[in-house]
Amino acid sequence: MADLTSVLLVGIGGQGVLTASEVIAEAAFRQGHDVKKSEVHGMSQRGGGVSSHLRFGPKVFSPLIPAGQVDLLLAFDRVEGEKYRFMLGPSGQVIDPAGADTARLGRMLNTFLVGVASNLLPIELPFWLEALRDCVRADFLEANLRVFHEGRNVQSARRNTG
Amino acid sequence: MSRRLLSGNEAVARGAYEAGVHVATGYPGTPSTEILETLARFTDINAEWSPNEKVALEVAMGASFCSARALVTMKHVGLNVAADPLFTLAYTGVKGGLVIVSADDPGMHSSQNEQDNRNYARFAKIPMLEPADSQEAKDFTIRAFEISEQYDIPVLLRLTTRVCHGKSVVEEGPVRPRTEIRAFERNPEKYVMIPAFARKRRVSLEQRLERLAQLSETFEGNRIETGARELGIITSGIPYHYARESLPDASFLKLGLTHPLPERLIRDFASQVDRLAIVEELDPYLEEQLKAMGLEVSEKPAEYRMGELTPDRVKTMLTGERLAEAPAIKPRPPVLCAGCPHRGIFAVMHQLDLIVTGDIGCYTLGVLQPAGGLDTCVCMGAGVGHSYGFEKVLPEEQRKRVVAVIGDSTFFHSGITPLMDIAYNGGRATVIILDNRTTAMTGRQDHPGTGKDIRGRPARRVDLPALCRSLGIEDVRITNPWDLSGLESEIRAALEHDGPSVIINEGPCVLLERTPVLPMRVEEEICQVCGLCVETGCPAIREEEGRVRIDALQCRACGVCAQICPFDAIGPTES
Repeated sequence: MADLTSVLLVGIGGQGVLTASEVIAEAAFRQGHDVKKSEVHGMSQRGGGVSSHLRFGPKVFSPLIPAGQVDLLLAFDRVEGEKYRFMLGPSGQVIDPAGADTARLGRMLNTFLVGVASNLLPIELPFWLEALRDCVRADFLEANLRVFHEGRNVQSARRNTG
Repeated sequence: MSRRLLSGNEAVARGAYEAGVHVATGYPGTPSTEILETLARFTDINAEWSPNEKVALEVAMGASFCSARALVTMKHVGLNVAADPLFTLAYTGVKGGLVIVSADDPGMHSSQNEQDNRNYARFAKIPMLEPADSQEAKDFTIRAFEISEQYDIPVLLRLTTRVCHGKSVVEEGPVRPRTEIRAFERNPEKYVMIPAFARKRRVSLEQRLERLAQLSETFEGNRIETGARELGIITSGIPYHYARESLPDASFLKLGLTHPLPERLIRDFASQVDRLAIVEELDPYLEEQLKAMGLEVSEKPAEYRMGELTPDRVKTMLTGERLAEAPAIKPRPPVLCAGCPHRGIFAVMHQLDLIVTGDIGCYTLGVLQPAGGLDTCVCMGAGVGHSYGFEKVLPEEQRKRVVAVIGDSTFFHSGITPLMDIAYNGGRATVIILDNRTTAMTGRQDHPGTGKDIRGRPARRVDLPALCRSLGIEDVRITNPWDLSGLESEIRAALEHDGPSVIINEGPCVLLERTPVLPMRVEEEICQVCGLCVETGCPAIREEEGRVRIDALQCRACGVCAQICPFDAIGPTES
C-alpha cells in the first residue's frame, strides 16, 4: 500500500501515547485523508506497554500495519521502541525522546513528539492546530501549542539505519 | 450530513441514537464500555449502568415488551451472565427493537478468556450482525433495530476489540424520532413462558429463523466483491480488512449477517472461484457450517484458532509466506498504579502468607506484585465462592489462611449471592471487599456503591456494611488501606473470628482525583538497598545503579513504601 502513510506509536501506559495518536488521526482526517487507527485499552494501560496503529491515505483497509510497512515509529520509550523496529519499512523513520528535555516537558512530551512528527507527515500546519484544539483540554491548550511548535522546530529526526 | 472520525463503540452509540433508542443499559467491560458512556452524553436517552449484564438485559427486555427500542452492552463474558434471559428471549421475541452488543476480545488484551460469542447466535437461535469498521458499526446498529422489530427477535451485534477501539470515518445520518410509548399490551402467550406457551413460541422461533435465512440472502451487508477467480475468500468482521490488505487481488464474499448464513449466496460465490478460503478469528464458526453444506474448504490450523488475526498472520495462513516477526523482548506487564489503595493490603497478605482467592478487577494485578500474590481468578464474583469451597475441604491450619478479595463493583455484580451462601450455610470465610469507590479497571464507572449515576448525578448509595450484616455477617470491619499494621491486625482478628467475616478496605482509586502531593523521598545514608520497597511493585520506585529512587512525577505519597521499609529510610518530603 504505497500510497498510505503508516504511523506506529509505542510507549508505556500514562505517557499520552493514545492522545498523541488521536491528534495525528484528527489532523490527517482534516487534511482530507481516509483514516483508520487501532489500539487497545484497559489492562494494558496500567503501566504496561501501549501501542497505537495509525494509517491514512486515499483508502485504508486494515487499521493494523503489516510488518515492514511502518513509515514513522514514534517511540515514547526506548525499550518499547526497540521491540517494534522490525515493523519499520525500508525508508521508515524513528522519533524518540532522545535529546528532548523530558523533565521540563513532563506530561506534554507527547505533544512535543507530535510536533517533531508534524514535519515528516503529509499534513499542513492549520490541520495540526485544529486537531490540537480538538483533542487537548482548553486550560492546557496554550502550553501544548507552545510545546508542539517547539517540537516542530526540531529538524533532527533520526534516519532508521537498521 | 457531517463526517467524523469515530471509534466502533462511539459509532454503535451514534447508530442507536439515530435509530431512536429509548433505553440503553449495560455493565462496564473492556472493550465495550465506551458505548454506554457515549450514549449517556445524549441527555435525552435513558442510559444507565446496571449492576450486572443479566439485570441489564432484563431491564432492556421490559422496555422492549412495552414497545421501546432498547440496547444492551457488555463484553463477551458478560453474555454468559446474561445467557439465562437471552435463550428464552429468543422464544418470547420482542415488541420494540432489542439489540444486544457483545464485545469479544480475541487475543485476551483485557480478559480472562477469548470465547467466540458468534456461537451464542447459533446456540440461542438469534440473528447476528458483525460490523468490520465504524461505519458498519453505526449502519448495522440501525439495521439491527429494524430486523429485531420486523422479525420479532433480539439481534446480537458482535464486535471485537479492533472494531470497538479502532477509529475510522463515519457519515452521520438523520435521527429517527423516538416513538411514543403509550401502554403495555398484555400478551401472556408471548411473554409468559410456561411450557404450554413456550412450546408454541418454540415453533414460531423456527419459522422466524426460516424467514431470517431468506433475509440473509439479500442483506446488503452480505456482498460479493469480484476479483481474481483463483482464490475466493469468505470472511466477516475486521478480518475482512486484513484479508483485503494482504490479498488485494482475491475475490471476496464479505458477510455482515452471519447468523443465519446465506446458503445460496455462499454456494453461488463458491461456484465463481477455483479455491475457497475462510478468514475468521477464533473458532471455525464459518468453516464448520460451510463444511456441513458440503463445500470444500480447508481446515484452519489450530494456531489460527487462537489469538487475534493480523494482516501478517492472514497472509502467512493463506500463502505460507513467513513475514518478519517481533524480537523476543520481555513484554512490559501492567502494574497497580502508584498510590493504588490495593498495594498495601497485598503486601500485608503476602507477609501473612495467606491463600488469596481472587476476582476480576485492577486488584487481579496483585498476582504480579512481587510482594503480593493471588491464588485464583476465574470470573466475576468467583473468588468469594472459591474461598468457601477451600474452607469446606482444607485442613484447619490451611483453612485459617484463606481470604477472598473482591472489588466493590464486582461485589455488587456477583459477590452478594456467594456471601449470602457463606452466611446461610454456616461458613467462616473472610471476605475482603476492596472498596475503591469505582469500577477502576474499565476506566472508572459509577455503580450502586458510589452514590452517583452514569452522568454523575446523585443516586441512592448502597450501605455496604449494612448490606453485609443483613446477609447474616455479624463481623464487619472497616479498614484503612494506608495503615499496614492496622490492616494486619484486622485481618488476623477476622481469620480468628468464629464465623464469617467481611473486611471493607475503604480507599478511593488514586485515579479518581489528582490533587498535588509532595513525593516521598529516600534518605540515601540510611537506605540499605534491601529492595523490600521495590517489591511492592510500585511504578514510582526503582533500583538504579545500586540506589533506590522515587520518581517525583509518579509518587502519590501513599506511604506504603515507608511502612514497608525496615530501616525507616523513606519519609515525606519536608515542605
